[in-house]
Amino acid sequence: MTFEKFVFYLFAAILVFAATMVITRRNPVHSALFLVLAFFSSAGIWLLAEAEFLAIVLILVYVGAVMVLFLFVVMMLDIDLATLRAGFIKYMPVGLLVALVMAIEMFMVVGPSNFGLDKVPAPAAQGPSYNNTEELGNVLYTVYMYPFEIAAVILLVGIIAAIGLTMRKRPETKFQDPSVQVKVKKADRLRVVKMDAED
Amino acid sequence: MDSLIALWEWLGTNLIVLQILIKIVVIVAPLMLCVAYFTYAERKLIGYMQVRIGPNRVGPKGWLQPIADAVKLMFKEIVIPTKANKTLFLIAPLLTLGPALAAWAVFPFSDGLVLADLNAGLLYILALTSVGVYGVIIAGWASNSKYAFLGAMRSAAQIVAYEIAMGFALVGVLVAAGSLNLGEIVRAQQSDAGIFGWFWLPLFPLFLIYFISGVAETNRAPFDVAEGESEIVAGFHVEYSGMPFAVFFLGEYANMILISALTALLFMGGWLSPLPASWVDGVFLLGDGIHWLFLKTAFAGFFFLWFRATFPRYRYDQIMRLGWKVFIPITIVWILVVGLMVVYKFAWFS
Repeated sequence: MTFEKFVFYLFAAILVFAATMVITRRNPVHSALFLVLAFFSSAGIWLLAEAEFLAIVLILVYVGAVMVLFLFVVMMLDIDLATLRAGFIKYMPVGLLVALVMAIEMFMVVGPSNFGLDKVPAPAAQGPSYNNTEELGNVLYTVYMYPFEIAAVILLVGIIAAIGLTMRKRPETKFQDPSVQVKVKKADRLRVVKMDAED
Repeated sequence: MDSLIALWEWLGTNLIVLQILIKIVVIVAPLMLCVAYFTYAERKLIGYMQVRIGPNRVGPKGWLQPIADAVKLMFKEIVIPTKANKTLFLIAPLLTLGPALAAWAVFPFSDGLVLADLNAGLLYILALTSVGVYGVIIAGWASNSKYAFLGAMRSAAQIVAYEIAMGFALVGVLVAAGSLNLGEIVRAQQSDAGIFGWFWLPLFPLFLIYFISGVAETNRAPFDVAEGESEIVAGFHVEYSGMPFAVFFLGEYANMILISALTALLFMGGWLSPLPASWVDGVFLLGDGIHWLFLKTAFAGFFFLWFRATFPRYRYDQIMRLGWKVFIPITIVWILVVGLMVVYKFAWFS
């Protein structure tokens, strides 16, 4: 077994273990942390596939930002496990059916009929000077210009919609404008009153 | 015995692993020493700034103070709160220290003096510094204490906010240098203008924003609301004692040194000499060399300590305002300006 193979199986085993833990742990915070571990191991596998840009971006975006916000929310929720588990037996047949359909679909797409070394030849290993990031950038901004821009616009719409949802007037909040605070002069706030001494 | 011989032969054929391990030790051991004496420098400097003497009892002029602190922390009892999540409680400090050390793998100390010359070095550093927040969040949650949890929540929101500004500042550097490789970024700053050829001048707003965001990312004063000892006692590490606390401490200072060194590398020319190359090329100590990097790192590190002695803590809503409403718009505008400068080959980019 070559070293690469060993590393691949190591990361794959950790990935499968972590993914299983995500759906079986009772504590949602533990699940979220196992999801982080799953992201790390898949980033490791992508590195082995010489996709270093995608691997680092997976860590940067999903582990560094998305999962932090996820944890942020999950930690503050008070999840009642009893009500969550109440209908487990009742919904199980439907859940199993959905899982089965999804498994069959995945098998049809990435099953042995259209996957494997005889169908898709292994890409040639690139030299150490090969720059994955640059190649991706070149393709994204030339060949896939329009899909890329459309994706960007959809994201922008998503951002605006999310901000729009939280926009509401709350007159009771005491909002302070720092620039106004900084510009305050002594004369605006302080008045010296001359008073005669009392006798 | 046979297995030992096999291991020895395997090492012989795979010496590269051993070489890398030795290189890691050569980088990490002095770094740890720097961390120890950075704490001493902080206490001394802030002492002088506040007209005190600072630590002066252990060893001549207090030089052995960090060693005494380390020994003390090592022999203290490790207190684990009842109902704390024990595993996560003990993993959290390691998650703070780990990324701070791992980031040095791609750090070029001088021309070619680097452990892993990564093409995407800048991205790697950005990814690792963003992972550092997990230590704080997990520590706050696993402690099962409300003060720790408040600290963790504050820290998470703050780091996510400032990471975006930091990332945009790095995009400016990337546009200016045209490479993600840290060595290439330094070489792009080489010119016959010396100090004026470095990126701090054309990228001045980004330089300031990067450094200030770095201070916020490391939870240092005036952005240390995650600790906020006057409101939430010590924030995320209130329940920690002994060695786990020491590891948090090491992580914080290692992160500060990392941010200082990165500022030196990305904006202040790394190992380049501040004097024009044609004057000092090959002149002893005046030419390019690792000592310039150390000097610049120390210069940036000094600001961390100076800030702490000077500024009162920010109010939380103003931290958020500064991050989202001031820094991010400035960085976006300046990325555009840098792009135009590069396209039209303005002064630095001709």
